[in-house]
Amino acid sequence: MSFSKSKDKSVVAVYKLVKAPIYSHCFSQDRSVLAITCETDCLVYKVSGNKPPVLFATLKDHDKTITAVDISVHGRIVTCSQDRNAYVWEPLSNGTYKPTLVLLRINRAATSVTWAPSGYKFAVGSSARVIAVCYYEHENNWWVSKHIKKPIKSTVNCLSWHDNGVLLAAGGTDGFMRVFSGFIKGLDSKESVAGSPWGQKFPFGSSIKEWYNGAYIHDVKWRSQMERIAYVAHDGTLNVVNSQSAVQSVNAPEGLPYRSLVWINDHEIICGGYSCHPVLFSEASEGWKFAKNLDKADNGKSSALTGVGNNNELEGDGEENATFGISALRKFKELDLKGKVSTDVQESAHENAIVELRPFAGTDGQVTQVSSCGLDGKIVIYTI
Amino acid sequence: MSQSLRPYLTAVRYSLEAALTLSNFSSQEVERHNRPEVEVPNTSAELLLQPMHISRNENEQVLIEPSVNSVRMSLMVKQADEIEQILVHKFTRFLEQRAEAFYILRRVPIPGYSISFLITNKHTESMKTGKLVDFIIEFMEEVDKEISEIKLFLNARARFVAEAYLDEFVY
Repeated sequence: MSFSKSKDKSVVAVYKLVKAPIYSHCFSQDRSVLAITCETDCLVYKVSGNKPPVLFATLKDHDKTITAVDISVHGRIVTCSQDRNAYVWEPLSNGTYKPTLVLLRINRAATSVTWAPSGYKFAVGSSARVIAVCYYEHENNWWVSKHIKKPIKSTVNCLSWHDNGVLLAAGGTDGFMRVFSGFIKGLDSKESVAGSPWGQKFPFGSSIKEWYNGAYIHDVKWRSQMERIAYVAHDGTLNVVNSQSAVQSVNAPEGLPYRSLVWINDHEIICGGYSCHPVLFSEASEGWKFAKNLDKADNGKSSALTGVGNNNELEGDGEENATFGISALRKFKELDLKGKVSTDVQESAHENAIVELRPFAGTDGQVTQVSSCGLDGKIVIYTI
Repeated sequence: MSQSLRPYLTAVRYSLEAALTLSNFSSQEVERHNRPEVEVPNTSAELLLQPMHISRNENEQVLIEPSVNSVRMSLMVKQADEIEQILVHKFTRFLEQRAEAFYILRRVPIPGYSISFLITNKHTESMKTGKLVDFIIEFMEEVDKEISEIKLFLNARARFVAEAYLDEFVY
């Protein structure tokens, strides 16, 4: 574990775990187990206190890049991959995991997976333009799936379950954010959706509402208590919608799109993405607006500009020595100089884009810490 | 750097930064394939984003074609006369033959352009995006200088050769 050099106190811990990008990570309910994706493997770590995570299991049944991982309330790990499969990993008493193949019945990559709050079913989004809602079938002893196909036109990027375990929000590269019903007979009861502002009847697979954004939807999250949904899109916006279809939109201050978001409380959302540091948005009386940057690199931009300035100077004094040998020497000197980064440049904890944020500590009403994973192979924990 | 070059490079820098927001995206068309969508004939139009064309003048232009998991950036290097045309062709060919060592260099430029780069999500995952942009901007700055320098050497050498050769005929 290393602490960020930045003066910002928002970074609690930085774990550099792997050299490959981490597309997804998940802590278990009690924060003792951390699962991350690493190329075709899913690595499971034991976490205790402030000590760095200790690897104790490698889940390696996939043969293509794992795209998402999630841990249920019961400790079951589900992974899905670009090899079109998903596995449910049941923890055994000796610390290993028993894989069970899920019958997804899709013929393209699986892109995202998320457990329903109950832990008895999960949804898998895929490039085959379907969402597979999977549940355990006792008589056959395997995980089977039901498909939501209807209006989906392109890859599903992100999924989020409502706390009632029936409503499922999904966003994808077709620019639509949709709410579906993932009602499974025998698992869900009609009481859980009684009096819902989203409608009266929720037959499986029905599209309840949709919003057109136009840009790729990268992440979507429910705020169940308030019956609201937030999503981030590739056009660099954070959007919050409710059951009356009203959209509130706010732009990213840096212009770069976000990849992930987490509700902090009813009126605050934290987003992370290509700007490499989390950004907090809050809701005021006039709507959503930017609140603050966490762990922002101070002079990342200015260093690039001084680089250009230096070139200017070199250009200036280079005009006198036109002789070939010296200019070649100068060229190599320049090459040598240009590769260098001055040490006083402050960098944010993530050196590359943040791909996923998850609540880490706090209650459901008020999250106090969030964890993030990035393309640089790091897990960072931020305090709000 | 001349006054008009700076806004041109700034425009390219910000456009590139915006375009280099790539994600790992598996093909929707072909099973178990993961390919740069900008390079393949595509039936899903939503995967290709709006191309950006930045032009300083008719000789110096940049075309940035973003997609969901790859960006193709083509560069037209200034070619004022025939000598520069030959020099640019030789120079870019020299680089393209060594494309493996350059990672992001495309072996063949897009028709109408001198040199093309192909940046995929693999590159943005293994390299810092900011540094990639810096590299391309620096390349754009350097290549003009390089070409005019080579042209000067060529002219100087031509004069030298001509003088040495024509000395024979001087009485």
